[in-house]
Formats: sequence, structure tokens, C-alpha cells
Amino acid sequence: MAVSSVNNGVNVQALLDAREVLKGAPEAAKFTWRASCKWQNGTHSQTKIQRFFGLGQEQQHKTEFSFEADHPEIFASEDHGITPVEYMLVGLASCLTAGVAAVAQNRGIQLRSVEAKVEGGMDVRGILGIDSDVRNGYDDIKVTFKIDADASKKDIEALVAQSQKRSAVYDVITNPTNVKVEVV
Amino acid sequence: MATSRCLTERAIDHIVLERGDVANSWRRERWDSLRLLTPNWQARLPGYRYDGADPDGFMTVAEVVAFVSRFATLAAAPVRPHTTVTSVRPVDAGYRVATEHGDIECRTVVLASGACNVAHLPACHQAIPSSVAQFTPLDYGNPRRLPEGGVLVVGASATGVQLAEEIHRSGRRVTLAVGEHVRLPRLYRGRDVLWWMDASGVWNQRYDEIEDLTRARRLPSPQLVGTPERTTLDLNVLSAIGVELVGRLAMVRDGRALFSGGLRNQFALADLKMDRLLDTFDDWTRSQAADTDVGPVERFEPTRVPASSRLTLDLRNGEIRSIVWATGFRPDYSWLDVPVVDCKGHLRHDGGVVDAPGLYAIGLPVLRRRKSTFICGAEDDARDIVDHLAHYLAGRRGKR
Repeated sequence: MAVSSVNNGVNVQALLDAREVLKGAPEAAKFTWRASCKWQNGTHSQTKIQRFFGLGQEQQHKTEFSFEADHPEIFASEDHGITPVEYMLVGLASCLTAGVAAVAQNRGIQLRSVEAKVEGGMDVRGILGIDSDVRNGYDDIKVTFKIDADASKKDIEALVAQSQKRSAVYDVITNPTNVKVEVV
Repeated sequence: MATSRCLTERAIDHIVLERGDVANSWRRERWDSLRLLTPNWQARLPGYRYDGADPDGFMTVAEVVAFVSRFATLAAAPVRPHTTVTSVRPVDAGYRVATEHGDIECRTVVLASGACNVAHLPACHQAIPSSVAQFTPLDYGNPRRLPEGGVLVVGASATGVQLAEEIHRSGRRVTLAVGEHVRLPRLYRGRDVLWWMDASGVWNQRYDEIEDLTRARRLPSPQLVGTPERTTLDLNVLSAIGVELVGRLAMVRDGRALFSGGLRNQFALADLKMDRLLDTFDDWTRSQAADTDVGPVERFEPTRVPASSRLTLDLRNGEIRSIVWATGFRPDYSWLDVPVVDCKGHLRHDGGVVDAPGLYAIGLPVLRRRKSTFICGAEDDARDIVDHLAHYLAGRRGKR
């Protein structure tokens, strides 16, 4: 039960209620997230996101969100947006941060500030096909949290650990996933 | 052996150093059931070819040893058996070759030690729990050497698919981790696929005509097996008999093997490449006289994608008792004291002419042609290398 005086802006009660409901309705727990990407020019693409499926029916965000992806000029691109691999960092940092807030709320820990810095190391000889022993993706990802909260260092570390344990993006990055790519 | 024969033809004085007996690696470093991938009619060395009763068959290891040994005898090859080379270093007049029986000085050296001296293991083999026994194709021998219980075979080249099939037949549950692979049918339009490689000219494609030579030289060996029944051994055959296919082994973490979720794309790539090769064969057929004796055009079922492939496998719960690493081989140049090996352990050479005067290599992948590592590929490469070597010797003599 959330401690009433703590407010991190997360409605933990609603999440706990949802958990109870979905225990008895596993079908409603199946979500499908969607994105539609359209090539613009060169390496520039625009991805739009609004609709998704969950709780047994079509759902949508309040508004459509749009994301530009491109590559910087040192890759001979026009830099209309961040690179796809940087979107991965956005996903990881925001997922872990949301997790920290939710877990803190649930544990009755008042947060004052949470900052995460994410760094991903990559050897681009992989994607450039220079050396097939070099992988395409990140070889190392480092997340550094700076958290100011009414809690001991140990409790804050436990927050961050629990947030990783329940993070969808952390799971996607650290564990293999079946990917199906089709041409229609 | 092929190089020796070409040297003899040109009356170039030479000796052949062999660490064991002729065809040593065939005697000691092959699994028991292995047969040559090339049909017997393709088995040839300079001035010497298979003349037995089964041209479409595939030689067993013992038959290969006999074939090569007979060639050595007929060619009167000046072999010094049981002479292990401990070092080759440059000296003023050429090279000093140190062996366990003393040093030899020579003007030129041909490295014929092959590409498969040591089994290559990915770094994650160190994270395998000690309760799981690990084998390489060099020490595997036969399934009876494996402990009872499940087996993870890593790699789906010729070696991987052959061992997976044989281990499955021994009654063990086999999981096969599949990364990049080369799919080939044994027979196409009624002919051996290696007949097509040869006849259509694909096999003769020269190293300096290949767009991405580094890639061609690293290509895994095709999924082929030599059997009396001339059977195809692709992933559909393996999954039909009950071998479980999983993605490329990405890492081992906390005693669990993690497999790539990209299995579907590995299948798609291999199917597309096989079809492109078959298109090449068909195009070649159309360019030939109408009476080329081949069957009708055929295409094969795409590799079937398992409904769900496992992404992780617990290596500590007893399900898997052994791992066979069919993850390729590397040459061993630890004895070569000449600075011609790059940071990845590959010899720096241009079509077998090594980056050091008077030093040559033979029997490496796509050394001079796509067929370089097949038995029938040795002759053309050996002739080219010996041509160059003879010119080199003549040039040096001229300068003196």
C-alpha cells in the first residue's frame, strides 16, 4: 500500500488494481504496440505513433506523436533527427526512469530528482561491413543514475535494481527476441 | 602432394615435410564417419585420378588416406615423414626450416599445412558450466564418446549438420544452433551439385574476380554430406527427423545459452542465396548445347521456420550434457617466424603468393579459385604457384 504522504506522481493504486484485474483476464493483458515508419529521403525517415491494442480493444494516445530519425553529417547524412540506435537509448533511459518512479511510489520513497545518463559503445566497423567479427549493435551500454530521494543509498540501489527487473526495454536489449520481417 | 608433383615435373629439387605419415590430418583429425564432400569422379591430383568402380560415391577417410598415399608413392614424392617443423625463419639465401631432426635451408617454402589446424571456439565457451562436456570436430570421433543425454551442436556448416544428424541417430536429443550457413542440395536436376559448380564455371572463379574476397574466404562450408545414397542434408531434413533448430549462439550468461531471434532471417538469406546459385546453373544450361544431359529445373522447399524457436537454454539442469563446437577452424602459424600473419591470424597472401619473397601457400579457402580447398582444386592452384615459384627461382639466379 502506498504511503499517503509520498507523491511521485505515479498512481500506484491504479497499477495495483490493474494487476489484480488482469490476473483473472490474461487476454486483456496482451498488448500490441505499433509504429508506422515512412522513408523521407536518404537515411531520413519519419515514424508516427498513435494507436495501439490493449485491454481487449483498440486504444490510442491522446495525440499522434512523430519522430524523425536520420544520421549525423559525419555519416554524409542530413541530420534531420537522432539515429535509430539513439532511440534505443531513449527507450532504455525512459523505461528505467519510469520504473524508478513507480517502484519508489510503491515503496513509499519520495523522489526529489532522478537523472539518468546513458552511454552505448559501438564499433561501426560492424555496420560498415569492415570486419564480420565485430557485431552491428552496441557492445556495451552503461546507465548512470543520479537520484535524490528520502531514502538510504541501499534503498535507492534497490529501487534501480527492481526497475531493471521489471523494465520491458531492459529485457528487450538484454535478451534475444524473435523478429519477423516480411515484405508485402 | 599436388605441389610436389608439379615441382617434380619442372625438375625443381624439393622435399616434403610431414609431421606424421602422408595424409596425416586425414588419419588423425577427422571424425570416424566422415566422407569426402566431392564425388569420386572429381577426386583427382596432377596426373592421377580415381579409377574405381563407384564414380558417384564418396570416399571414406580410410579411402582418402589410401588415395593420397598411393599418389605419393606413384609420384615418388620426396616425403620426410614424422618430421615436425618447429620454425620457419628468413635467412639471407631464403629460409631456415627448423625441424625436430635438424635444420634445413632452402630458397623457397610452400606452406601446405592447411586451414583447419585448430578448432575455433567462440569466447563464450569459457562460460559453459563444467557439468557440460565440450567437444570439437577434432576430438569428437563418434557419438559413443559423448555422455548420454542432450547435445547442443553449435554451427550449421557441413561439419555441424553432419554431426547433428549422426548424434541424433545415436538416440540423443540434439539442439542445433544455426548462424550464417550455406544451403545446397546434394543433387540438382539429377546431377551432383558439385558437378554443377564445376561445369558452370562457378568453382573456377578466380580469387581476383571475386567482389568480396574476404567474405568468400570466410564462408562456412556448404551443408553437404557424402553418402552412398547421395542424400541432401539441409535444415529441413534435420528438423524433420527431430533435431531442434535454434538461432545463432549469442552468449552464455548465468549458465544459460542465449540464442539469436534472427533465425528466420538466416533461413531466408540461405534460401535466397541457394536459389541465386541454382539460377546461375540454369542460365549456364540455357547457354549450352541443347543435349546437356540434365533433368528439369527444380526449386526446393524454403527452410521451414519452427513455430517457435527457443531463445534460451538452461545448461545447468541436465537437459544438455555435451556441446559440440562446429564453429570453424583456424590455421596454426605459431611456428612461422615470418611477419606475414595479420592480427586475425590469417596469412597475408595474393593468390598463394605470400607477402614475403619466396614464400607460398596452398590449400587455403579461395586461395586462387573457389574450389581451392576441394581435392580437385589442388592441381590448378599448385600449377599456378609452382609457375610463380619457378620464375622467382629463375629471376634470382639471373640476378646473381
